[in-house]
Amino acid sequence: MLAIEGPPAGNADGYTDTEQLTQIMQQPRVVTGISTAPDAQASGATPLVRAHGVTLQYKTPDHLVTATYRVSFDIFPGERYVILGPSGCGKSTILKAIAGFLKPVEGSFTLKGKPVTGPGPDRLMVFQEFDQLLPWKTVLGNVMFPMLENGVSRADSERRAREALTKVNLGDFVDVYPHMLSGGMKQRCAIARAMAMKPDVLMMDEPYAALDALTRRKMQDELLQLWNDIRFTLVFVTHSIEEAVILGSRILVLSPHPGQVRAELNSPGFAYDARSGAAFHELVQKISFMLFGDRGGSH
Amino acid sequence: MSDTAIKHAPFVRQEYTRDVQVPASIGEVKRALPILERLWNMDMVRRISILVLLAIIWETYARWSANPLLFPTFTDTMEAWWSGIISGVIPARLVVTLRMLLTGYALGLALAAVFVTLAVSTRFGTDLLSTLTSMFNPLPAIALLPLALLWFGLGAPSIIFVIVNSVLWAVALNTHAGCTAVSETLRMAGQTFGLKGFRYVTKILMPAAFPAILSGLKIGWAFAWRTLIAAELVFGVSSGSGGLGWYIFENRNLLDTANVFAGLLTVMAVGLVVEGVIFRTIEIKTIRRWGMQH
Ligand SMILES: Nc1ncnc2c1ncn2[C@@H]1O[C@H](COP(=O)(O)OP(=O)(O)OP(=O)(O)O)[C@@H](O)[C@H]1O
Ligand SMILES: [Mg+2]
Repeated sequence: MLAIEGPPAGNADGYTDTEQLTQIMQQPRVVTGISTAPDAQASGATPLVRAHGVTLQYKTPDHLVTATYRVSFDIFPGERYVILGPSGCGKSTILKAIAGFLKPVEGSFTLKGKPVTGPGPDRLMVFQEFDQLLPWKTVLGNVMFPMLENGVSRADSERRAREALTKVNLGDFVDVYPHMLSGGMKQRCAIARAMAMKPDVLMMDEPYAALDALTRRKMQDELLQLWNDIRFTLVFVTHSIEEAVILGSRILVLSPHPGQVRAELNSPGFAYDARSGAAFHELVQKISFMLFGDRGGSH
Repeated sequence: MSDTAIKHAPFVRQEYTRDVQVPASIGEVKRALPILERLWNMDMVRRISILVLLAIIWETYARWSANPLLFPTFTDTMEAWWSGIISGVIPARLVVTLRMLLTGYALGLALAAVFVTLAVSTRFGTDLLSTLTSMFNPLPAIALLPLALLWFGLGAPSIIFVIVNSVLWAVALNTHAGCTAVSETLRMAGQTFGLKGFRYVTKILMPAAFPAILSGLKIGWAFAWRTLIAAELVFGVSSGSGGLGWYIFENRNLLDTANVFAGLLTVMAVGLVVEGVIFRTIEIKTIRRWGMQH
């Protein structure tokens, strides 16, 4: 898989002048050719999540770190919104702010028109870190926990938990405690936990980074399938351009630290066999040019 | 490409592939160990044999020195112990001691809970707790006994005051440290599930901090037990209500050394049962099973 840490082998040959780059970056929000994503603008839908000029900072006792600078974007209901950017550009920080753990120092986040005040079960999150499972609960207990806490009956939550665990290939590990799982298995368990809840907004922070290529592909397919079934709003963070293009309907490209919006692009959605096609590569190259083009495509 | 690869390798070695043997043909794959070896692999068996060895050494030395006033034999001690138990004296003393201990322990835990709640929720509470623990934790609780006697007079309240002091700071310090060490991710995960306030503390914070809480409970228990026996020894004579410490003191005054040994053995046995059985069982059932042991 192509990651944005390094430029692609054969670099974007079509885009060599800045004019074209500007053109790409100023591309309006075109929705033509997208069959799977909802036509947000046309339907007059209101954004589910709206970031307006958001600057996010961390204050440590001796530093002030600006993670993102004046970032604005809208996420519409039912979108598969991918936040793409190099390591350290503030992707996780944006997700944590949407989840309500961080207050912007400038700008605002709104959820369904109301300011985000704090975390809640309507915005479930799969964290990037491996220690998000409750160590004192089994895999099944972990997946059932948020459902039980939010009033789903025991029988129902067990059924949904087992279903979700089977989908992420952990069906044989339901009674195991998290410390006996590998890093990737822990991550899959956290994904199952979030999927079983069927939240309005599912946020995932590089959930597949620890998985091998084959498992990752299966997980990506499962996620798309799930989205097809229940049409939740997905906010997905990744640093893999290919993953962004495969999973996203809309891709927010962030610049390196401190993160600023570089572009917002549409992805038509690529079925498995289309991923070796020209359209797929063109989009991947276009994005990698945006991220590496000004460095002349070399390290 | 292959040219450079060869250049980078220092020399070229022969490749090979091998067939692996089917497990059945390897012969011995799994076999029960001889019964003696299996017995010796059990912790219990090894420890009991050490105890037996110690008992033999004790008995031999006591018989050789032949001075029952200073060093009674193992068999005499066991006899004294048995008769103390049969006659109900030791159990009665033990009940007095344990009742005092549990009262002090429970009070200490309750106070620790209050302090930790304060410390977790406010910054003033954090500062208060850390200042108080750094003052009182290094102070052996028994050193407060003279003061306690002055305030509360001779009797149970003084001893309980000292026990509370020995439990409170150790438990509060550990519990607070455990709560602050809970990973940020786990806290955030709990909050995204909609847990707040009391439910958040009991369902996320407490279990996540449980390893530290348990070690606080263990340390608190050990402090309390030692402090209690010591306190009973110091003014056991003048106190009407006798515990195990008093039993030891009383028998020393009567020069009944076998009974002194019997009292000491009882103190040890209780310590062993609580630390080796009760706390160990809790530990195995919880943090070991969850892989949370630090
Ligand atoms: N808890 C924190 N305290 C101080 N600074 C932080 C903290 N967390 C992140 N940062 C800083 O904020 C910036 C953005 O971090 P963030 O974790 O959002 O990056 P990211 O885009 O998710 O990167 P990655 O792809 O590596 O996960 C970084 O420069 C980092 O140094
Ligand atoms: Mg991150």
